[in-house]
Amino acid sequence: MKHHIILRIVSKILIPIIMLFALYVQFHGDFGPGGGFQAGVIFASALILHVLVFGLENTQKVIKSTTLQIFAALGVLIFAGVGVVTMLLGGEFLNYNYLAKSAVSGQHLGILIIELGVGITVASVILLIFYHFAGLKADD
Amino acid sequence: MLNQLIVLQVVIPLIAAPLCIILSNAKLVRAFVIFVCTASFSISAYLLYFVSTSTTKTISYALGGWAAPFGIEYRMDIMSALIGLIVSFIALIVILYGKRSILQEIPEKKITLFYTAFLLCLTGLLGITATGDAFNVFVFLEISSLASYALISLGKSRACLLAAFRYLIMGTVGATFILIGIGLLYAHTGTLNIYDLGEKVAKLHDIRTIYVAYAFIVIGLAIKVALFPFHLWLPKAYSESPTVVSAFLAGTATKVAIYALIRFTTAIFGIKFSFTTLQLDVILLVLSIITILYGSLVAIFQTDIKRLMAYSSIAQIGYMTLGLSLISVLGLQASLAHIFNHAIIKTSLFLLIGCLVLRMSSSKLSDLQGLGKAMPFTSAGIVIGGFSLIGIPLTAGFVSKWYLVLAALEQNQWWIVAVILFASLLAVVYVWKIIEVLYFKPAKETNVAVKEAPLSMLIPVMFLVFLNIYFGIETSLNAGITKAAAMQIIGS
Repeated sequence: MKHHIILRIVSKILIPIIMLFALYVQFHGDFGPGGGFQAGVIFASALILHVLVFGLENTQKVIKSTTLQIFAALGVLIFAGVGVVTMLLGGEFLNYNYLAKSAVSGQHLGILIIELGVGITVASVILLIFYHFAGLKADD
Repeated sequence: MLNQLIVLQVVIPLIAAPLCIILSNAKLVRAFVIFVCTASFSISAYLLYFVSTSTTKTISYALGGWAAPFGIEYRMDIMSALIGLIVSFIALIVILYGKRSILQEIPEKKITLFYTAFLLCLTGLLGITATGDAFNVFVFLEISSLASYALISLGKSRACLLAAFRYLIMGTVGATFILIGIGLLYAHTGTLNIYDLGEKVAKLHDIRTIYVAYAFIVIGLAIKVALFPFHLWLPKAYSESPTVVSAFLAGTATKVAIYALIRFTTAIFGIKFSFTTLQLDVILLVLSIITILYGSLVAIFQTDIKRLMAYSSIAQIGYMTLGLSLISVLGLQASLAHIFNHAIIKTSLFLLIGCLVLRMSSSKLSDLQGLGKAMPFTSAGIVIGGFSLIGIPLTAGFVSKWYLVLAALEQNQWWIVAVILFASLLAVVYVWKIIEVLYFKPAKETNVAVKEAPLSMLIPVMFLVFLNIYFGIETSLNAGITKAAAMQIIGS
């Protein structure tokens, strides 16, 4: 897509904004519409746009699929890890009340962290699936 | 602290699964997975011990600190603790056995992913047994099913992809039916807790929503159970997948689905509604008997030993649902005992077949001729497992068939006894077919110099073979505990 100069320039401007919007949806999820899943999808879509405009090889230079696999696992670990931490603090699995001094801020903190885990996993898995399909050759 | 164990049993494999991907070194991952499986096995053994000796016979746990009807409740009674023990025990044995077999049958790059999917499948299956929330059952059912589609597709042949895809289609239809059923229940009662649902549904009469929900859930679960005529996904899924996977799934997946069927019909809809108003017992009785006869008959004509075992699994599933359809303490006890015994029998048989496949790289009966001399321990194990499958006295298989016959006699259903005996004769035929190939056919030239399977595989599987005989003589677990479980469910 080297000759599509407009597409390339506009994408370059848009990709950071899309990522920023994903982060907004991620961390504003407890006050407005949004949350980890939506944010993950939006974040992945920024990178998918990068693949479409600059090609798969260039995006894979930015983030490799092996790294994505680890990120996908990391997200699940963050989610389940919060549960284990609350158990170690003396509460039930995923009882956020124990995470902070007051129950309200504990709930707040807990949901933010687990949604972050969801976001990381969703973004990496969607991108992994896209990498896989984009990398398929006709003879595969 | 004790209560935490219910959720830990599910959470430990759940956390271990992503850790496997991060560890990524195959040897390290294997040691780690053995550790995890040992941990969840010890927890479920302790839970069963605790539940069956405690006064209330149940443990309840409020996930996230939200109290029961609103939050997700984890609740274990004797039946769920027993099924949990079976699942984690089979998982441990399969993993201990698997080292060589996994190396041979699964592409090297995918071995870490295999362990990850295996742990996720274990998480799902243990989760179904632990949870007391209908929607949570669906979630765990999906976790275990998705993981098992991936597990089946890990084989080296291309046929396993088709098998996994078929299972995916059928399994998804089943899961969607269950979800629709749960959705309808939720729409009408506003609760998802199984026991709360049970109380609310009992007060309703002649509500079409409940009838429809019941139909969806029972059919969805029947697909997961692989009851005739929903069994078509099973033979290919078991025969094309790597041996460790077929051994694990044959021992656990359909059993847990039967557990879910028992739980939904008795705890949510109630015995009276399920078996008197809607007469599931008649439907189940007919389908079970067709399943038993069909599975046994088709098994006789198979030329591939793995496919033969897969069809025999279908027949054995029929025995389990047959026990449920009699809807008495003895019947349910026979059902649970057969779940327990068949898990041991079929896993040991599949693992022994894995030993043959390791040496011969084929599971065709014609390639296995005369291996009785070359692989004496493996072949003897298959004979004992086969005897147990038929139900010869002093083997585990006899115990559950005995209780099934007793349950049928209790209701004066002589013809069921005749069917069970006839099906056992059919089992004799297909087991004899294997024995004949192993011992009485002249060995092929290529089969003479074959060595016995390595000890790392033989020791775990011989332990299972030993259990086949042990539980045929010492029946406190497969007859005693199952009786307590059945009495707790039927309530008499």
